[in-house]
Amino acid sequence: MLAPASGATDAVAASGLASLAWLLLALPAFGAAVLLLAGKRADKWGHLLGCATIIAAFAYGLALFFTTLGQGAEERTSELHLFDWIPVGALDVEFGLRLDPLSLTFVLLITGVGSLIHIYSIGYMAHEEGRRKFFAYLNLFVSAMLLLVLGNGFVTLYFGWEGVGLASYLLIGWYQYKPEAASAAKKAFLMNRVGDLGLAIAIFIMFKELGTTTYTDVFARVDELSSGSILAITLLLLLGACGKSGQFPLQAWLPDAMAGPTPVSALIHAATMVTAGVYLIARSNPIYNLSADGRLVVMIIGGVTLLIGCIIGCAYDDFKKVLAYSTVSQIGYMILAVGLGPVGYALGIMHLLTHGFFKAGLFLGAGSVMHGMNDEGNIRRMGGLAKYMPVTFATWALGYLALIGIPPFSGFFSKDAIIAAAFGEPGWRGYVFGGVALLGAALTAFYMTRLLILVFLGKPRWKELKTSEDGREYHPHESPWSMKIPMIVLAVGSVGAGFFLENGERLAGWLEPTLGPLQETHGALDHTMVAILSVALSLVGVALAFLLFGRKPQPTTRPLRVSFPVRAARADLYGNALNEALFARPGTWLSRALVFVDNKGVDGLVNGTAALLGGSSGRLRRLQTGFVRSYALSMLLGAICVLGALLMVRFS
Amino acid sequence: MTFLAQVELIKPPEIEYSAIAPVLIVLGAACVSVLFEAFLPKHQRWAAQVVLTMLTFIGAGTALGLYAGAETTTAQGITTLSGAVAVDRPVIFLWVTLLLLGFGSILLIADRSVEPGGAFVADAAVRPGTVQDRAQATRTGMQTEVFPLTLFALAGMMVFVAANDLLTMFIALEVLSLPLYLMCGLARRRRLLSQEAAVKYFLLGAFASAFFLYGLALLYGYAGSVKLADIATATAGSDKSDTLLFAGFGLLVVGLLFKASVGPFHAWTPDVYQGAPTPITAFMAACTKVAAFGGILRVLTVAFERTNWEWRGVLWGVAVASMVIGAVLGLTQTDVKRMVAYSSVAHAGFLLIGSISLTEQGLSGTLFYLLAYGFTTIAVFGVISLVRNADGEATHLSQWAGLAKRSPVLAGVFTFLLLALAGIPLTSGFVGKFVVFAAAIQDGLAPLVVVALVASAVAAFFYLRVIVLMYFSEPAPDGPTVTVPGAFTTIAITVGAAVTLVLGVWPSFALDWAGAGGFIF
Repeated sequence: MLAPASGATDAVAASGLASLAWLLLALPAFGAAVLLLAGKRADKWGHLLGCATIIAAFAYGLALFFTTLGQGAEERTSELHLFDWIPVGALDVEFGLRLDPLSLTFVLLITGVGSLIHIYSIGYMAHEEGRRKFFAYLNLFVSAMLLLVLGNGFVTLYFGWEGVGLASYLLIGWYQYKPEAASAAKKAFLMNRVGDLGLAIAIFIMFKELGTTTYTDVFARVDELSSGSILAITLLLLLGACGKSGQFPLQAWLPDAMAGPTPVSALIHAATMVTAGVYLIARSNPIYNLSADGRLVVMIIGGVTLLIGCIIGCAYDDFKKVLAYSTVSQIGYMILAVGLGPVGYALGIMHLLTHGFFKAGLFLGAGSVMHGMNDEGNIRRMGGLAKYMPVTFATWALGYLALIGIPPFSGFFSKDAIIAAAFGEPGWRGYVFGGVALLGAALTAFYMTRLLILVFLGKPRWKELKTSEDGREYHPHESPWSMKIPMIVLAVGSVGAGFFLENGERLAGWLEPTLGPLQETHGALDHTMVAILSVALSLVGVALAFLLFGRKPQPTTRPLRVSFPVRAARADLYGNALNEALFARPGTWLSRALVFVDNKGVDGLVNGTAALLGGSSGRLRRLQTGFVRSYALSMLLGAICVLGALLMVRFS
Repeated sequence: MTFLAQVELIKPPEIEYSAIAPVLIVLGAACVSVLFEAFLPKHQRWAAQVVLTMLTFIGAGTALGLYAGAETTTAQGITTLSGAVAVDRPVIFLWVTLLLLGFGSILLIADRSVEPGGAFVADAAVRPGTVQDRAQATRTGMQTEVFPLTLFALAGMMVFVAANDLLTMFIALEVLSLPLYLMCGLARRRRLLSQEAAVKYFLLGAFASAFFLYGLALLYGYAGSVKLADIATATAGSDKSDTLLFAGFGLLVVGLLFKASVGPFHAWTPDVYQGAPTPITAFMAACTKVAAFGGILRVLTVAFERTNWEWRGVLWGVAVASMVIGAVLGLTQTDVKRMVAYSSVAHAGFLLIGSISLTEQGLSGTLFYLLAYGFTTIAVFGVISLVRNADGEATHLSQWAGLAKRSPVLAGVFTFLLLALAGIPLTSGFVGKFVVFAAAIQDGLAPLVVVALVASAVAAFFYLRVIVLMYFSEPAPDGPTVTVPGAFTTIAITVGAAVTLVLGVWPSFALDWAGAGGFIF
């Protein structure tokens, strides 16, 4: 079951083309620096420079990829030493890059999708003041994200980890005049700090136990650790992953983060940054391989999150928030996959890649719709937009098919493989995790179809409303070419990427030097059976959504929840009563309960901690009276405590 | 005859002048500076004092460079003045740090462009609130005594970190403290607050000195000597009661912790930081912290290393208290200077972690942290001095709302500095915390590091609050304006921020230098 050899391929010093890998970090960073320093002078050409640096990085990444592809499997892992960052005594943190199949895969994803989204942003942000600054932040993000995946040790990873957090914070708060943007930015930053704490402690444990934090040394010597330390490290790394990737119980910041501009949602909060948690666990595979309990927790978190995301996704009426919860649930699949261990690492990465394509495409489509609809985000105020935005509709629909896992679109291959692998777990686990994953597939199909119907199909409800809430009239229109081309390219990816990567285990073979060989399992259900079941369940979800939302006109305001069962019963006694009672109503309750828990419970925990600290701070503050006598008394008491403690330690 | 023969036997101690030249230069310049005050006409004094002070720093720096670079210098350092003063690698690092940070503070002190006539009162004897007081707030004169006072304080700090016996240390402590008490009361604006701060600092400082002195006396009773090395020898085996040793140690440490503003001996810090003129606050926050921790490091390492099993747990608790007090109380502060004061209490806790690690890494990490923190702090107070309204500095946080719209550059610099205080990578704050925590982990203080990480996560919240306030809030209609600083303040802020960045990206040279060697005694 365990693959001790995985990830242990020895690294060689980078040479030739690879010795220029620092360019990958330097190019976007250079763009960001120029854009930030040049000020208003760069307004005319700033966005072009931003795009050019990312595209150049992508081109270099491609060249590097093909060079590496030409090498044998043993030579594919190389390290590039840049400089000694924190050399002090036994601790020597070098600043180096690790070029291996896993990091190169991410380089291509980040720079490739990044280039497309940069191009898209030229059109999307055309009317924004300070577009140059937006591109500077995006470049900063790409640079930090590349550092995250290219670093050759946990400290370098932490460095990039904080960097992407900062860029994400700046970009979520982009619309400074919106109060919800400010609070969303703050929430993201704080919830991420909780995760970062876990990561930091994990790094310190590795340092304490092994005296090193580079991947090569840690992975080579990880079996020296006690099983308790390994379990602690796996759980703490998982906490870090939960914060960054919006996993239970730290998922609440991700939907709020949709307050940022749509290209940001697509790049950072769908395709790249939020998958950093998956990267972290996949990268640490030699550690996770040694702890079955740690992997079980990872699987549980992934399974819980994927269900939560699906169910809440059914309840929201905000275009981007539904997609955000969908992201939460899809990352749940990836976390579940990497939690499976050697049978799942490569599958998690594959789903991450296909998801990067179709989710970025779905977000860009959402942005295109909102761009043409006065920045309207409420799907109940849309409808029938397909004929006004044919290209957006077509590309979005391809992404939709990919997400719900209809063959031969890309999501089918990647998600299906994860479900099958989950069924391959021994005993009850196989049924529980496989079942959860299957159920998730059905729910995903349901809420995505609901989204499709409410936005693109059905009656154009915006015609009755005429104007958006800010008083501007609706004139839905197709977006400019700079936005259409990236959507089309991503749609091609949504269609073909899955088959391409899956065929002949292309991706799994490529990742083998880093993740170990992909192992096959044969569980309760065989692969074909799982495929048939998952597609059938998805189709059931689609049909259900059509029955519920496609057959009658939808109200433009959210139906009041209290009267919902009454009115539903009155209208649907003919055929939907059974569906209502069996699926929709418990579904509504469950989603309502989860939304409640999400808003009250999780936020309550965050707010409660803040209130506790703030309250105790306010009370303690009264001790600072301003009187010298009470200060002197506090010093005296402190001194007595110190003395008492010292003497007690000595003489007890 | 026999009496005279005995007199001849008392030989003056050997003095290695080249080693202590930096201190002598600063002290000598302070005396010359006093003469300037006495003999120069009033309008010439400012210029003369500035030139003299700059020359002093150049001279002391050169002397230090020559000594440290000379081939005759032994690698590990020497003791001189019959062992009262040690000049070893850590001392040289601390002296350089003190001179650099002192120079930065002097730039802020000498600035007359931000507040016309400088931040200091023209005539300290005028009572606050009177007509004369209001009149002098608008005059452009300045109390130039602040220059000799700064130099005396600096010389005291330099001796303090080099002192190898407790008596020298006590004298140095008084030499550095007395000028500081005076300087706190010299603010041109908000005189009452400033004078109140000075009196509080003086009273509590005297109280703390008494602790120090009592501890010294008990330790003398224990070891029969005030030399750190002799105390260390005595702890190896002595027939005296251990009560003397540990009571003495406790009292001594309380006196030191007070100066370092470590909680729960921090009570003066917020009031004094708020009341003192901002350049003086910068000087105190940066240089006093360096001196106090320099002293703590030497005392703990040299004299008490052998007994660390007994006292380590106690200082462990003190560090936790300091971090918790700083991080939690900082949350509800509404005045930016008080907020930085609580931040400094939390940072003192982090520094104490490094100090009780008692390893080479702990020593070099703490030294590096002091250097990094000092520069960041000077730049922070430099920025604070620029945000003003008609009444002087606008330090209430509500007045900082929307500052980014008025002055994006200033808000950007301040954001960077706050991120450094919070310990975000790419800033010196991250590297400082990293090396200190790594040293502590290696020395078996892992639970303390966990507490420290939690405390720094909590503290990040109040730094972030200021950033959110500056960027995402609407500016108040009658909000403060941002003064365009003159050359001195600009240099101080730029250098502070630049060093914060450089030490975050490329800290290796400073770390190498901080780890060059240990204490000798």
